[in-house]
Order: sequence, then structure tokens, then C-alpha cells
Amino acid sequence: MKMTDFRKDFPLIANSKIAYLDSGATAQKPFAVLECMKNFYEKTNANPHRGVYKLSVDATNEYVAARQTVADFIGARSMDEIVFTKNATESLNLLAYSYGLDNISEGDEIILSIMEHHSNLVPWQMVAKKKHATLKYLYINKNCQIDESELEKITNKTKIVSITALSNVLGTKVDLDKIIKKAHAVGAKVIIDACQAVAHMPINVSDIDADFAVFSGHKIYAPLGIGVLYGKKELLEKMSPFMFGGDMIEYVYENDTTFAPVPTKFEAGTQNVAGAVGLAAAIKYLQNIGYEKICKHEQQLLEYAITNLKKLPYIDLYCTDELEKMAGVISFNMKGVHPHDVSSLLDGEGVCVRSGNHCAQPLLRFMGLDSTCRASISIYSNKDDIDKLIEALKKIYEKFKKYIG
Amino acid sequence: MSELDELYSDLIMEHSMSGKNRKGLDHPTCSLLGHNPNCGDEIKLEAIVENGIIVDMSYSGHGCAISQSSTSIMIDTLKGKTIQEAKQIISIFIKMIKREELSSEELKSLKNARAFQNVANMPARVKCALLSWHTLEDLLQSLDK
Ligand SMILES: Cc1ncc(COP(=O)(O)O)c(C=O)c1O
Ligand SMILES: [Zn+2]
Repeated sequence: MKMTDFRKDFPLIANSKIAYLDSGATAQKPFAVLECMKNFYEKTNANPHRGVYKLSVDATNEYVAARQTVADFIGARSMDEIVFTKNATESLNLLAYSYGLDNISEGDEIILSIMEHHSNLVPWQMVAKKKHATLKYLYINKNCQIDESELEKITNKTKIVSITALSNVLGTKVDLDKIIKKAHAVGAKVIIDACQAVAHMPINVSDIDADFAVFSGHKIYAPLGIGVLYGKKELLEKMSPFMFGGDMIEYVYENDTTFAPVPTKFEAGTQNVAGAVGLAAAIKYLQNIGYEKICKHEQQLLEYAITNLKKLPYIDLYCTDELEKMAGVISFNMKGVHPHDVSSLLDGEGVCVRSGNHCAQPLLRFMGLDSTCRASISIYSNKDDIDKLIEALKKIYEKFKKYIG
Repeated sequence: MSELDELYSDLIMEHSMSGKNRKGLDHPTCSLLGHNPNCGDEIKLEAIVENGIIVDMSYSGHGCAISQSSTSIMIDTLKGKTIQEAKQIISIFIKMIKREELSSEELKSLKNARAFQNVANMPARVKCALLSWHTLEDLLQSLDK
């Protein structure tokens, strides 16, 4: 199996011997991103919008250019549809407060999938409780997918469908097209949590006709602390601000204020400009490689990992058996050994995987699990990482089998 | 894997798999639930405390081998002790996990619980080892009121 080697682009990966299989939690950063940010701080740093001097204009220009890069990346019609936040969680809270609270009333229904990350679940519980609305869940079948019959839960009462494009626990890709069509047919708005998905597959918000979409920069090789909210302009314009303060205003009187046009209305206070610049650099890095290559590389690895994990009879896998319907992450457990012990012992072998409930307690409870180990891959992952994982699992089993019985 | 190897010793693994301290008590005089929200370890301690003496203890729950075995070994170590003695041994155990200096007398009082010494070098697992000890500490504290 020949695989392209992106490792040299990532200093933390290139300079270490660990098998980093936790990119689903946060990805490592390539030189291109690090250098871009360094450059910004060394040459362009100033508070954008607030100065007439050239340096501030330069900083503003970089910030605006980053917004355009993001808009092009996800197929937004205009960069006014891109709001910078600190992460997907903030984007989802913004939607819950500024869209949810104003558009949900008693008796309405909000639909989520059981695979949602807590950040796309707890904010909606808040809205449902405050507004006496009902939360409904699309459940998964034994094959870790949402049956089409589940979509019947989307009815005239449904006002919001907020759903992940890719499960951060199971790696299941969700068929967004069908869900969005069904939701729009009943007049509901659709929010796509693209947090895991954007690293592994192209998301075009206009093609799929998403009303809103969110993601965090840090999972697509960008710095921590920068996130994105996409919203259709006409929706964003109707929404009330989320946070109040400097920059997001137009005129401020003693007792009243008018607000700036979107997206600035939603960006109160000094923004993470270097983060936005870093995100733009990460997007360009991704685009340079191209999703075709990324998908091919990652799918090959995923297949390799699953094939080899399946050869270990003491490993339980939690994923669909249709490989083309998953990406990025693999959850597993060693029979009879707690995932925290497995991940500690894997760490001892230089293999980094996450264990726990992956901020998806309702999903794990639904599946009758407390926690799993999760290996997640990215463009710099390679066969060697997977081999290390497999060898380490064998070693752990050898040590533990006498206790497991 | 050496430090880890030592931690996952026969003693610890056998306790984590064994049901001997999961027997359940017919008439516990007190009980308390302890959990680590981050990693999901959960234990429920039950005890019979009579005249200031911990006559018997049992636990139920689930979690990693470290949290479960630490609970079981704690029960073996503290059964039959007075509340005061138990509190003291608990504080010695916590000191050991925090890498504070212990006298040989103190070390001796921990008996098999010394097996968790290496946890001190694994910040990610400290909580697992301490869960039951902190829970019992809280339980005994509540008896004083
Ligand atoms: C599917 C999904 N949604 C939302 C989030 C939240 O992202 P963040 O913590 O960056 O806000 C994550 C992160 O793990 C995720 O995987
Ligand atoms: Zn634990």
C-alpha cells in the first residue's frame, strides 16, 4: 500500500515517535499554519477596524481575506454569511440563544440525532426547557446508521433540525441530503455540525442547502480558539445579537443602540485575528492537497485499521459495516478490559488514543456502553501508526488475558 | 511499559476482577456514591459502622481496573479499623499518591494499598486511585455530624 506522506509538514508529528491517533479531538498544525501566524504577529498585528493607520488596515485586510477563504471553502454565497467564533460550541450556543430562543415556542419540536456531541445537545435542552418545547432524537440502527423511517419524526411541529454530519464516536456519515429535504418540506431550519466532517470530506453549504453550519478550526489543522458559524444571510440578519459590546454596534446612545450589519453584529469585542489568519492558512493547506487525495489516503488507512482490528477476536468494534459510510474515527473496546486501562497502556506504548464517553453520553447510554477507546486519523496518520496500535493491543491482551479468563 | 507494568500487577488485577468485596451488605448503616465525571468511574460504598468501628464494607459500581481494585484493596485495609484509624490511613494513602514523604510506619499501615505508589507518576490516573478513598473520607466525615 503506497501512501502519500504528509508527516514532514507537521513539526510535532515529524519530530516525535508517538502514534498520534487523536486528531478527532484536535489535529496537529502544519508549518504553513504556524508560519502564517508567526508572520501575522511579526508583521501585521494591530487591532483591525479600530485604526486609520496602515498597519491596522493591513490587519483588517487579512481578517477580511480569511473570511472570504472560509466562505469559498464551504461554498457560502457571500462572506457576510461567515461569523468567526472561538469554536463550534460557541457557534452552537450563538444559534441556540439568538435563533432558538426567538423562534421556538411552546409545543414546537427540535430534532437531534442520538449521535450528537454534547455541544449540539445541551444548548438545545436549554432552549427546549425555557420554551416548553420538545427534543426528539433520530436513533441509529444496529449498523450505526439512521434508518430512513426515523425521519418520520420530522413533522409540522419541527422547527429546528440540528445534526452532525459525521459522528465523533462511530465515524458514521449522516445522509444530510435526505434530512435537509425532509426538514425543509415541513418548514424547519437545519443546522449542520460539521465539526468532525470538514477534516475528512468536502462540505458545500449551498449545494446541500444548509441553513446554518458550524465547525472548529482546530480539528482541521488550524489553531485553537477559532471557529466558524455559517448562516444564510437572510436568517442571520433577522437574528438578534448574541454578545454585546465594541465593534458589533453602529450607533450607541445613552439608552439605545443600533447594530452593525452581519456578520459584524455577531462579533463583539476584539477578535482572534491571528486565529482567523491561521484558519485561512489551514484551509489553503487542505485545498492544496485536495479532498480527493485526503479521502483516498484516509479511507485506505481506515480500511487497513478496521481489517486488522477485526483480526483480533478480543476487540469489539463499534462502527457500521459499510466502510464507505464512515470516516475518520474508529471506536473499539478490548473485551473485559476497561477503556481507560487500555488507553493508559497504549500511552505506555507511545500510542495516543482517547477513551471515555467522547462528549456523547446519550449515544453511549443508548448503545449500552460506558465508554470506548477511540482512534482517529488524519492526513498525517500512516500505516505505521496503525501497526503500532495493533501491536500494542496484542501486547496488552497478552498481559491481561489471564485475568480476563 | 515498565512503570505501567508494575502498576497493573497481579495484586491489582486480581482485586479488580474479584467479587470478594462486592458481596453486598444486608443492613449497611451508611453508604455513599462516588464518581469521576470525566472518566466515568463510579462506585457505591456501603458500610456497617458500630461503636466507632468499621465492622464491614462492600462496594458496587464500574470503572477502570485502578478505581475498582483501589476500592477493593481499601476495604481489605480498613475493615475492622476505628473511624479515627481509618481517617488516618486514608490521609496517608492520599499523601502517598501526592508523592509526599512517608515514614516507614506510615507505609506499613497502608498494607497492600502500597501497590498504588506508581500512580503518583501518572497524573491521568490519580483520580481513579483516589476515588474510593475520597468517597470513604466523605462518608466517615458525614458520620461525625
Ligand atoms: C461532532 C462535534 N461537534 C462539536 C464538537 C465541539 O467542538 P469544540 O470543542 O471545538 O467546540 C466536537 C468536538 O469534539 C465534535 O466532534
Ligand atoms: Zn479510572
